[in-house]
Amino acid sequence: MTQDISPQNTSNAPKQRKAVALISGGLDSLLAAKVVQEQGIHVEGINFYTGFCVEGHTHAIRKKDKDKQKRNNSLWVAEQLGIKLHIIDISEEYKDIVLNPKHGYGANLNPCLDCKIFMVNQAQAWAWAEENGFDFIITGEVIGQRPKSQRKETMPIIARESGADDRLLRPLCAKNLIPTLPEREGWVNRDELYDFSGRSRKPQFELAKKFGFEDFAQPAGGCCFLTDANYSKKLADLWDARGERRYELDDIMLLKVGRHIRPKKNFKLIVSREEGENNFLRGYKKQFTSIHTVSHGGPLTLLDGEFDKDDIRLAAQIAARYSGGKNADQVTVQVENYKGTSFVMDVPPMTAEDVKQEWHV
Amino acid sequence: MSTNTLDCRNLLCPMPVIRTQNALKELQEGDTLEVTCTDPGTLSDIPTWCRINQHQVISTNEQNNEIVFVIKK
Repeated sequence: MTQDISPQNTSNAPKQRKAVALISGGLDSLLAAKVVQEQGIHVEGINFYTGFCVEGHTHAIRKKDKDKQKRNNSLWVAEQLGIKLHIIDISEEYKDIVLNPKHGYGANLNPCLDCKIFMVNQAQAWAWAEENGFDFIITGEVIGQRPKSQRKETMPIIARESGADDRLLRPLCAKNLIPTLPEREGWVNRDELYDFSGRSRKPQFELAKKFGFEDFAQPAGGCCFLTDANYSKKLADLWDARGERRYELDDIMLLKVGRHIRPKKNFKLIVSREEGENNFLRGYKKQFTSIHTVSHGGPLTLLDGEFDKDDIRLAAQIAARYSGGKNADQVTVQVENYKGTSFVMDVPPMTAEDVKQEWHV
Repeated sequence: MSTNTLDCRNLLCPMPVIRTQNALKELQEGDTLEVTCTDPGTLSDIPTWCRINQHQVISTNEQNNEIVFVIKK
């Protein structure tokens, strides 16, 4: 049984209740926060940075995406709601969720149920809420919206295992669930909450229209790269090549950038696709051996793994394939190790057919 | 009033925002923080974060792929 932790209300005026909303940057959490805000509750947002968040930064790197908005969606949502937003870096603690999900993965490497428990749980949002004098937590969950985490059977698991218990309110589907403490205590009016369920987003779109929200983010599969099949494939490849399931933040950042080509198990190439990615990868030259073409314009390529001289030659031929000299007899490349020591070599560029399809991660 | 600096070069959003947020927490009202970033996404994110959390961006300078924000708490 959760105890009431709120300070004693000594005045006659009802105490204004405070809720913290988990803001992902998507439509559902925006609406959930708005529904509660409309009832006179003071709402602030909390956004967790896992390292896998789908945000504008990927677009910001690439020149071809310059026209796309480079906004961070959670910040945009907070601004639309007129609420404060607290962004918390949980990327280090989150590794255990990705690597060892107690409740398993979804369709890809997405540990959605464990993720939600983790975000709401005592060590994260709920602890933060208690510490900062908030009365309850809001999430944008909708029953049946996601096959793994948002099922009627799993909703109580999240509430229970998170420690928030009946101080976890899901305004968009609350009427399908047992009344929570904020409803029972009359802090929020249950009649003004919703009974959304299922995968259709139509009710959400209608509610967004009612509130006057336009231009909200609709990332396919949610706001997490782990729901993306291609990204998950690259992460699985990384673990397979290393022979162990581990990653650093830089690893998962680099999975979002460039072509990833693995001609041999022991190493892979990360080949920039354009100037913006060149600039980004340049920031990693002190951590990786890099190749850039000297005789022709071309990409910056990083080598990840362990490699010998023959491997470097192979990598240089592949890198040359993506340069302006791809049809030349020879391309001159400069190979530089992470300490800054470099040498120059001439290589014949690999043909398109020779860069095997199965090398592309 | 103190002037402080924060290096967020080679960090991708939202890390520059998180570092800025955490650095400002340690400062007093009226103090300034100079933040240097390389992610073009910060051009939108840092001013937005400052607006919603009631801090003031005094100046934004972009030069040689670096963006320098001066923020007043």
